[in-house]
Amino acid sequence: MSTLAVQDHGAVHHGEDHGHHHHDTFLTKYIFSQDHKMIAKQFLVTGITMAFIAMILSILFRIQLAYPDKAFPLMETLLGRFAPGGRLDSNFYLALVTIHGTIMVFFVLTAGLSGTFSNLLIPLQLGARDMASPFMNMLSYWFFFAASVVMLSSFLVQKGPASGGWTIYPPLSALPKAMPGSGMGMTLWLISMVLFIASSLMGAINYVSTVLNMRTKGMDLWKMPLTIWAFFLTAILGILAFPVLVAGVVLLIFDRSFGTSFYLSEIVIGGSSVQPFEGGSPILFQHLFWFLGHPEVYIVIMPAMGISSEVMSVNSRKPIFGYHAMVYSLIGITVLSFIVWGHHMFVTGMNPFLGGVFMITTLIIAVPSAVKTFNWLATLWRGNIRFTAAMLFAIGMVSFFISGGLTGIFLGNAALDINLHDTYFVVAHFHLVMGSAAIFGMLAGVYHWFPKMYGRVMNEKLGYLHFWLTFIGAYLVFFPMHFMGLGGVPRRYYAFTEFVEWNKWLSVNVFITWAAIMAAVAQVAFAVNFIYSIFWGKRATQNPWQANTLEWTAPVEHVHGNWYGEIPTVYRWPYDYSKPGAEEDYIPQTVPLSQTMSSNVQHDFEDNPAGLDAYAKFTAAKKSSEEVK
Amino acid sequence: MGFKSLFSSKKMLALSAAFLLFGTNVLMAQDAATGAAADAAKPNVWLGAAYYVLLFVIVCFVVGIVGKILRVYDLTQQIQNKKAINWDNVMGALCLIFLIVGGYGAYWSLTVQGSMILPVSASEHGVKIDEMFWTTTVLTLIVFVITQILLFTFLFRYRYNAKRRAHFLPHDNTIEKVWTIAPAIVLTILVIFGFFTWQKITNSTDAKGEHSLNIDITGHQFAWELRYPGADDKLGKTNYKLVSGVNKVGVDFKDKSAYDDLQVDTMYLPVGKTVRLNIHAQDVIHSVYMPHFRVQLNAVPGLPTYFKFKPTMTTAAMRREVGDPAFEYLVYCNKICGGAHYNMKKVVRVVEETEYQAWLAQQKPYLTDQIKKDLKYAVVKPAETQNRLALNN
Repeated sequence: MSTLAVQDHGAVHHGEDHGHHHHDTFLTKYIFSQDHKMIAKQFLVTGITMAFIAMILSILFRIQLAYPDKAFPLMETLLGRFAPGGRLDSNFYLALVTIHGTIMVFFVLTAGLSGTFSNLLIPLQLGARDMASPFMNMLSYWFFFAASVVMLSSFLVQKGPASGGWTIYPPLSALPKAMPGSGMGMTLWLISMVLFIASSLMGAINYVSTVLNMRTKGMDLWKMPLTIWAFFLTAILGILAFPVLVAGVVLLIFDRSFGTSFYLSEIVIGGSSVQPFEGGSPILFQHLFWFLGHPEVYIVIMPAMGISSEVMSVNSRKPIFGYHAMVYSLIGITVLSFIVWGHHMFVTGMNPFLGGVFMITTLIIAVPSAVKTFNWLATLWRGNIRFTAAMLFAIGMVSFFISGGLTGIFLGNAALDINLHDTYFVVAHFHLVMGSAAIFGMLAGVYHWFPKMYGRVMNEKLGYLHFWLTFIGAYLVFFPMHFMGLGGVPRRYYAFTEFVEWNKWLSVNVFITWAAIMAAVAQVAFAVNFIYSIFWGKRATQNPWQANTLEWTAPVEHVHGNWYGEIPTVYRWPYDYSKPGAEEDYIPQTVPLSQTMSSNVQHDFEDNPAGLDAYAKFTAAKKSSEEVK
Repeated sequence: MGFKSLFSSKKMLALSAAFLLFGTNVLMAQDAATGAAADAAKPNVWLGAAYYVLLFVIVCFVVGIVGKILRVYDLTQQIQNKKAINWDNVMGALCLIFLIVGGYGAYWSLTVQGSMILPVSASEHGVKIDEMFWTTTVLTLIVFVITQILLFTFLFRYRYNAKRRAHFLPHDNTIEKVWTIAPAIVLTILVIFGFFTWQKITNSTDAKGEHSLNIDITGHQFAWELRYPGADDKLGKTNYKLVSGVNKVGVDFKDKSAYDDLQVDTMYLPVGKTVRLNIHAQDVIHSVYMPHFRVQLNAVPGLPTYFKFKPTMTTAAMRREVGDPAFEYLVYCNKICGGAHYNMKKVVRVVEETEYQAWLAQQKPYLTDQIKKDLKYAVVKPAETQNRLALNN
């Protein structure tokens, strides 16, 4: 792969005196910043804020599920008309579920995760001064911020936020008369989502062009850390998938506001009001939605996979096992993720033959996922595992990915999906495999790269507390849900008290709610740790984790352009940990092979005949000197 | 850092405190304005929450104190040149404890909550689904147990030791091939069986000589409507434009086979006879979900679908099976459809053929007197609406 010779960009005028001739005002430094490190922090802080909001929403509806008959006067005080008499309104319950899902999937795990770490790590780990287009990068954040504001503002409209579920299937979402949330709230949801997609696309285009064009000298694709591979492929997924959602959303806007019937047909509202829609198909929306929606779950999980791979390798002091297999499985997931969307639609009445085809493609995608899992386990095997907080979260990610991934084999099977579709089994499945796993990947990243972002380290002990409470809490919440699903309990039900046979699940619901509250309270430990460490945390050294990748060669204090003087050159892959014959148990990517003759192996020179010659001479000389002895 | 000075500034602190106070005052004032009733309830409202907040603050203090104690202990050990707490060992041990306790928890959950899941399938195809399910469960549980055990024992076994160095193992092509091909084979088997099961369940046109009972089920916000064919065994056509308060599913009485259609309240099904549910929706997407029969299919407006199945257990038999004399099969709605989505049910009763016939004989025809009276208008009306539409266009 050739690079477009940008590695020397700025070497002249970004010299030693860099940072002195830029006089940032508060506005250009913190608000309208074009520096990728600051934008990363903006994404992170916004993402965390949104995560806390969505988490509180989930606690509200968990309380409703555990105590469906109990009135909480405080709720009325806080939520007003949405909780008359201290009991959540059933429409508002659906709004909570909807906004919780939307915020978590899009605002936290897409923008918060990719936005933060792609922005931070792509330039730093590849050796670039900044993103390909810093201005577009800034716009990307501000579109995201606007989308967040619009989404949250829907809580302020009279009839409440969108409440048709985060998948907003029409006709429910298209007919304002169908439910209160399909009025102004849905309009705001759609506006917010269009802004969000614009943000996401600007980010993704930037990531792809930066990865392809701005790698430093020596950084060929096969020397990139797995994080970068993951972000790169995630961005490609986003570029290809998100526009389809725009199409779907725009058609929905047309149906709602301009009287078209793309998704509507043969509709009678309220048992007598015949609507003039003809010839549309609600299934069309589902196809468009899930054509994004399924790649979307990989957009969510792949950065978490990349981050966990990197963190686990660093803290096991071992190279990631099967680097090439890891990359190929990521590529496999990227390609396959586009042909599996139909597994969300097995029971929609779609042609059964199509269902069969989607079942086959879906179960194929489990193979690369299995390979990744086994490779992570092999990475830990005979490692020298340092339990940093980041490492624990990366491990938690693997554990969740296994647990949640296995139940995917049930749901990917069309025959089994008949009875499991839209039950709590599904809720348990995706909360483990993409919810918990992805958020743990994100938290691993936060703990690991906090020193890079803020020049300080987070408190490890509080991190331990945070990890164990969250890890156990998440399992306590989602493990029992599988059985509710197998018991035929549908999701998105406001209360189960209407059905006598579900009374037996009430104790399980109470248990889950309290586990969720515990896990939510544990996040306070994170919030305190995060905020405290930003200002008063222990100062970080340049390479606090003894890692190999390029970002740790950059100075601790942030400089515009990332490195003083020349950008470092890369000579080796990023995973030379505990290499036999080396002095330290890590060899940074910037160390040339010529300086580590004692630890080189033949494999290092696979595509470098000159180096191989030198290596052969060196080993021959070593042998002869040994013979002399 | 501009932020830091911002935060540590006493002025800011004072300002925010003042703002908070003022804010609460304003809120309180608003509350007071809303009326005396709200005021009376207020102390209670905050008391319960305050109790929990206090509890939380105490927990925070305890955590903080424990943290400080650990820190002091650590430092004194260091001063005395003794070993400080080895957190890698602690975490390694915790991983092992988690594995054991978590393993027991999973076992408990699987046995206790696992016994609360749906009883045996009450339909013919459901038995095949259940077989598929149990095979998948056994396979995935084996993988689950092995991988989680490996994960957490590795963590304990290979926890950090300053004297040791990790084993440099970048890749091993043989083992990687093995664990690519092994899951591929297992999944292929599951796919093949799943594919054929799925085909059998869904590819269900009536075979020659086979006859199934046609039932129309129509979802609207928030109820299901049922329509049975009458003596001619045929359901009349419907047209959504004919839907009205009286003609709930819009039966088109120009079609003569509609004359004897029956409107029923409870879905009675004869045991051992194939049933074909014709699924319709009027307003938004609903989903016919009958978990005991392993039946689910969405009801989509404008897209009629059907699901064929054969009930094999009567309601009475299932009551014995689950040991609950009040047990009823139900149809739920399983696609979010609005505020009362959670309460959209229909009772299903599977009975012997004789009982079924007796019940059927008592059902009222869909063509009520009211519809008969309206019929003259009903026939003309749609033409009118169409005309008007055409004019508008």
